[in-house]
Amino acid sequence: MADTQSTPVVVADGLIKQFGRFAALRGVNAHFLAGRLYVILGDNGAGKTTLLRTIAGLAQPSGGKITVLGCEDRKASRAQIGYMAHPSLLYDEMTGMENLRYFAELYGVRSGEMDRRCREAIASVNLDPDLERPVGQYSQGMRQRMSLARALLNDPKLVLLDEPFSNVDTRSAAEMAALLAEIRDRGKTVVIVTHQPAQLTGHADEFLWMERGRIVNRTTSLSGAGQ
Amino acid sequence: MNFLAITRATLAKDMRLEWRSKDAINAMLFFSLLVVVIFSFAFDPTAEESRRIAGGLIWVAFLFAAIVALNQTWAREMKNQVLDAYRVSPAPATPLFLAKAIGNLIFVAALEAVMTPLFIAFYRLRPLGAGWQLIPLAILGTWALVVNGTFFAAVSLRTRAREIMLPLLLFPLSIPALVGMVNATTAILTGETSPALWIALLVAYDVVFTTACLLLFETVLEAE
Repeated sequence: MADTQSTPVVVADGLIKQFGRFAALRGVNAHFLAGRLYVILGDNGAGKTTLLRTIAGLAQPSGGKITVLGCEDRKASRAQIGYMAHPSLLYDEMTGMENLRYFAELYGVRSGEMDRRCREAIASVNLDPDLERPVGQYSQGMRQRMSLARALLNDPKLVLLDEPFSNVDTRSAAEMAALLAEIRDRGKTVVIVTHQPAQLTGHADEFLWMERGRIVNRTTSLSGAGQ
Repeated sequence: MNFLAITRATLAKDMRLEWRSKDAINAMLFFSLLVVVIFSFAFDPTAEESRRIAGGLIWVAFLFAAIVALNQTWAREMKNQVLDAYRVSPAPATPLFLAKAIGNLIFVAALEAVMTPLFIAFYRLRPLGAGWQLIPLAILGTWALVVNGTFFAAVSLRTRAREIMLPLLLFPLSIPALVGMVNATTAILTGETSPALWIALLVAYDVVFTTACLLLFETVLEAE
């Protein structure tokens, strides 16, 4: 694992996000370092997903500053980010390979490499790349894993995952957690929002507890979070 | 980032999705078929009257039918929030817009190819002007409808009543194009005047609105 002196990949400084009069983020100060796996915890409405979407560049901050991979311009860092949301972000009518080929094109993967990269990404989440069924006919767990494959397709430096284990069986969730730890060990930063932190015990480097739009606690063990 | 490759990939993906679901094309076909049949019962014109009113009837039918395809264009990007996967990628916004507009052009052109012979049969139409001019006119007119339609369908994407919002935004802006299409079609069918002025108006309209839509689309895509 990388040491805590490594480069900050994400720096949030007084980050505020307002939706009308509702403040989803109320001055979040946080930094995420390279080669570490972070778990963000908190009740519904605490601002976890909004924080993840703001880091991903899908939500614009209403105040404060956020730097991702050294860039304040969010477009500049997009090629280095892998994002998995709660919905699958996949086309239900297309197969897994068809979906991934399309997204590979968006990331500028060369046509000679495309099939290999897509197959590797699908195989890495223990799915069969030759599955002919459209994604809409997958089980929820398979869809989650295919969604993770899409997020990892561009070999990102920063992996942002929102509820990756929801509806995934225990064995698959454990395999996904091990895969994410392996990605962290390759020097990438992994930030996971989850209500199932037990899956990541032994893998996570730090647990962050959010409450009413703020990070209120950071601990290195799950037992310390939320205290 | 290869602009053309992303445009081509997005267009191919949309064609594949439409081929598998046939959501837009079926709805458009049935809608315009109904319009043709109902209009043919509502009016019983002579051949001369047909030439004068057919331009208006045919373009209004295509405009209403196009709304179905235009709403569908972005609806499939909202399912499973797939649009976020595009927004988080390094791909620029313009190829997405261009692919969607070209896709809609293909869908509406396919509809026109099927419906125009029916219009001709129902209204016993025979152009007295240069009939070949109907082809560039159809391309220019259809592009005028779909380029603004694709843009405003994206604008209305996050509104609550997006299916109502699209015609409310699109129809007033389409009036100059519609006037051009109808007058040019009537001029070709009757052979009484030259359609050149109206075709030039359509060219100008297409250039202005295509440029504006391409320039503004990124702002629309990034809006929350």
